[in-house]
Amino acid sequence: MLDKVKTDKPNAYDWIGTRPVRPDGVDKVTGRARFGADLAMPGQLVGKVLRSPHPHARIRSIDVRAAAALAGVKAIVTADDFPDQAAQLYAAGEQTVDYRDMVRNVMAREKALYEGHAVAAVAATSASIAKRALRLIRVDYEVLPHVIDPVAAMKPDAPLLHEDLITVGVEPRPKGPSNVAKHIEIGHGDITAGFRQADLVLERSFTTKPVHQGYIEPHAVVASVSEDGQADVWVTTQGHWMVRAMCARLLGWDIGKVRVTASEIGGGFGGKTVVYLEPVALALAKKARRPVKMVMTREEVFLASGPTSGAHVRVKVGVRKDGVIIAAEAEMAYQAGAFAGSPVGAGAMCAFAPYDIEHVKVVGYDVVTNRPKVAAYRAPGAPIAEFAVESVVDELAQKLGFDPIEFRLKNAAKQGTKAAYGPKFGPIGLIETLELAKAHEHWKTPLGPNQGRGVASGFWFNIGGDTSVSLQLNEDGTFSLTAGTPDIGGLRASLLMMAAEELGVNLDRIRVQIGDTGQLGYNMLTGGSRSTFSSGMATVEAARELKREACKRAAKLWELPEDAVEYRKGTVRPTGPNAGKHTPMALRDIAGIAGKTGGPIAGYARLNAQGAAPSFATHIADVEVDPETGKVMVIRYTAIQDAGRAIHPSYVEGQYQGGVAQGIGWALNEEYIYGPDGKLQNPGFLDYRVPVASDLPMIDTVIVEVPNPRHPYGVRGVGETPIVPPLAAVANAVANATGVRFPDLPMSPPRVLAALDEARSQGAAKM
Amino acid sequence: MAKHHVSATVNGDPVEFLCETEDTLLDALRDSLGLTGTKEGCSTGDCGACSVTVDGRLVCSCLMLAVEAEGKAVATIEGMAQGDTLHPLQRKFLEHAALQCGVCTPGFLVAAKALLDRSPEPSETEVRYWLAGNLCRCTGYDKIVRAVLDAAAELRGA
Repeated sequence: MLDKVKTDKPNAYDWIGTRPVRPDGVDKVTGRARFGADLAMPGQLVGKVLRSPHPHARIRSIDVRAAAALAGVKAIVTADDFPDQAAQLYAAGEQTVDYRDMVRNVMAREKALYEGHAVAAVAATSASIAKRALRLIRVDYEVLPHVIDPVAAMKPDAPLLHEDLITVGVEPRPKGPSNVAKHIEIGHGDITAGFRQADLVLERSFTTKPVHQGYIEPHAVVASVSEDGQADVWVTTQGHWMVRAMCARLLGWDIGKVRVTASEIGGGFGGKTVVYLEPVALALAKKARRPVKMVMTREEVFLASGPTSGAHVRVKVGVRKDGVIIAAEAEMAYQAGAFAGSPVGAGAMCAFAPYDIEHVKVVGYDVVTNRPKVAAYRAPGAPIAEFAVESVVDELAQKLGFDPIEFRLKNAAKQGTKAAYGPKFGPIGLIETLELAKAHEHWKTPLGPNQGRGVASGFWFNIGGDTSVSLQLNEDGTFSLTAGTPDIGGLRASLLMMAAEELGVNLDRIRVQIGDTGQLGYNMLTGGSRSTFSSGMATVEAARELKREACKRAAKLWELPEDAVEYRKGTVRPTGPNAGKHTPMALRDIAGIAGKTGGPIAGYARLNAQGAAPSFATHIADVEVDPETGKVMVIRYTAIQDAGRAIHPSYVEGQYQGGVAQGIGWALNEEYIYGPDGKLQNPGFLDYRVPVASDLPMIDTVIVEVPNPRHPYGVRGVGETPIVPPLAAVANAVANATGVRFPDLPMSPPRVLAALDEARSQGAAKM
Repeated sequence: MAKHHVSATVNGDPVEFLCETEDTLLDALRDSLGLTGTKEGCSTGDCGACSVTVDGRLVCSCLMLAVEAEGKAVATIEGMAQGDTLHPLQRKFLEHAALQCGVCTPGFLVAAKALLDRSPEPSETEVRYWLAGNLCRCTGYDKIVRAVLDAAAELRGA
């Protein structure tokens, strides 16, 4: 099946840029693939979590005696089972997490800080006994006033979540605590002087609601701890080394005692980059001396695992008459949930990244509220910031009479532009995406009644980081490739293709697996669009080492200097003056003499992948607005993005399409809805409505390839940028259709209808 | 309380299992019969990851009690391929790269097969509405819809 390859265009490569069937595909269409909840260990117990019904409450006491006495209950844990942690940051992909907060998020200590906050957990012989035991646990709560909205949380009289939280980044240091964890400021130039040079200044305010990553597979883990303290964890995660480090730390165990195996992962989008159940399952398993399996319900996923921030963003942009953006300023407050650490920093850095602007200033606030602690969500922070900026840019273009693409081209960042967040860009593809958008047939196709078209650009940094890959030459000349970044959407396929390209062999010669934490050196998690970039780079390096080793072995056999042997397409042969002196040896034969020439042959790469390069995109959205109901349908969509190099174009397109769908959901439907009681009113897929197939059109894609010079095949990383432009592209399209701007997301039918009615009463609506 | 004894057919094979009253068909398939290809995404019938057919009818197995399977013929993803030969829908999902993480894929395949069994020549709109009960968060549905339309064409011999 692996030889079924479609090639898009003439290609210098054998495999890069082709579309083979992914190597893990058959398992995933037959139900054989094992995800987090699919493993059962012999003798396993069922673990369940007791969660706070209150958004904010002091925990006076927890009485577990009645639950412990119930037949079939084997272990109960509370915060007392997790040693308290000093404040120390752990770098988990695109975010850092403080262990002091993490131990409290995993199991509430002094206070429950949001509805759904874990307060105790039970392991029992069946799910029904575990559930009965939870009902027998008595928690004495002192209910406290709560705060849900970030702006309300910033007020001086707001209920305080953490009595010791002093705002970081303010001089002089504030005397008292508040809910503002951090104040940041970035930029360059002189913003006041900049606005003085502007002929037109536009200032607008925006709000967005928290939205959930919405992975279809809930969090799930199976943990086992032996009597001598050796622990095994099977878990759905974006990073099993991250799980290992966090669990070992939270439980006070040695890292080397914990082995973590990543199951297949049913979506993550950033939401599986921290631990929730894992340390709890380990603590229960140790206490019960039996394996413990824990799986979240969907309601628990919504209540207690990270959504991303809701935010308030104010954007002010000054333009000269000639269309040059001369000054830009933004102020943004992102809610972090119950503990510090919203993605406001990344949001601030991304806000104006697509533009070359002389004077820039961005101020951000990280605000804690009585909601679940936010987790990373695909380009964390960027969609919110760029929604606001791209909406203002669109309105400016309209006011100045510029075509919105021309206006962006006039101001677009390019190689050498000093980014608002500091560095100068290397080769980037923003202008290419804009030019292709302008030339695209979509941009020129006439619209029908009640329809509108919007365009927006977007940016994400992409990252590299610590990576290990091993490549073994097997006894028969086949290969085993082991990587350590979970395969969340086709990673095995792209690593396989890069390995086959480098080795000059067929895809079916190599089997790729994701190794556990005992099989490789440290791997940073799958996040930051880093896996194809970093594990790809390590795969290429491991293959090159293996090829050098194969040549060395033949040289030994032939009694030639090492550099007198070359590797070509799965064979080694004498080269230079010795060419033709020996019959080329196939890898099968090299593998056969491995024992006689120095032992097994392998390549092992361990590196900190440097040189990750940003990916820019420009999206075009067409919408149709129902004037009677306010319902917005996206009727056509084109996503144009620089991939650097698309290793497997189908999966690159898939990243573009999936990010667009999530962005459309964010723009039109999705939101966490809280009642005045501080409780989430829609913790399920019925009322938290993610886009379904009938909500969406086909999503056209255009892959731009401006190679990243720092990667052996030019890879940039593509996963995150696609969610950045859709919010503004759709909002700009709705504005184009209705004549009304929508600064508040989501643009759900009641909101759109209310705004239309108001505009109609003032004669300002187009429909 | 004593468990219930249930006899049914799964993918053509006779099976027997014991279940508690509140157990769902999904629980029985996954925990008692070891058929973990059917996934649990929500347990409220909103995501379709647990789609199976019961006597030919498409259902969310999380919404049906296990005891209700008595005497019924259940078909799951594990029964879709014939020996080494994948069903055309399975093959087209692979060729079109219609899956990323793959956790929703079994449900989509079962649901899509139920569609093509009753409607061999669906329009794109029909495919989209039929599959509206199956959530996919990775793909944006584009490649899934194309794969289903392509499989339908192949099955018709078009």
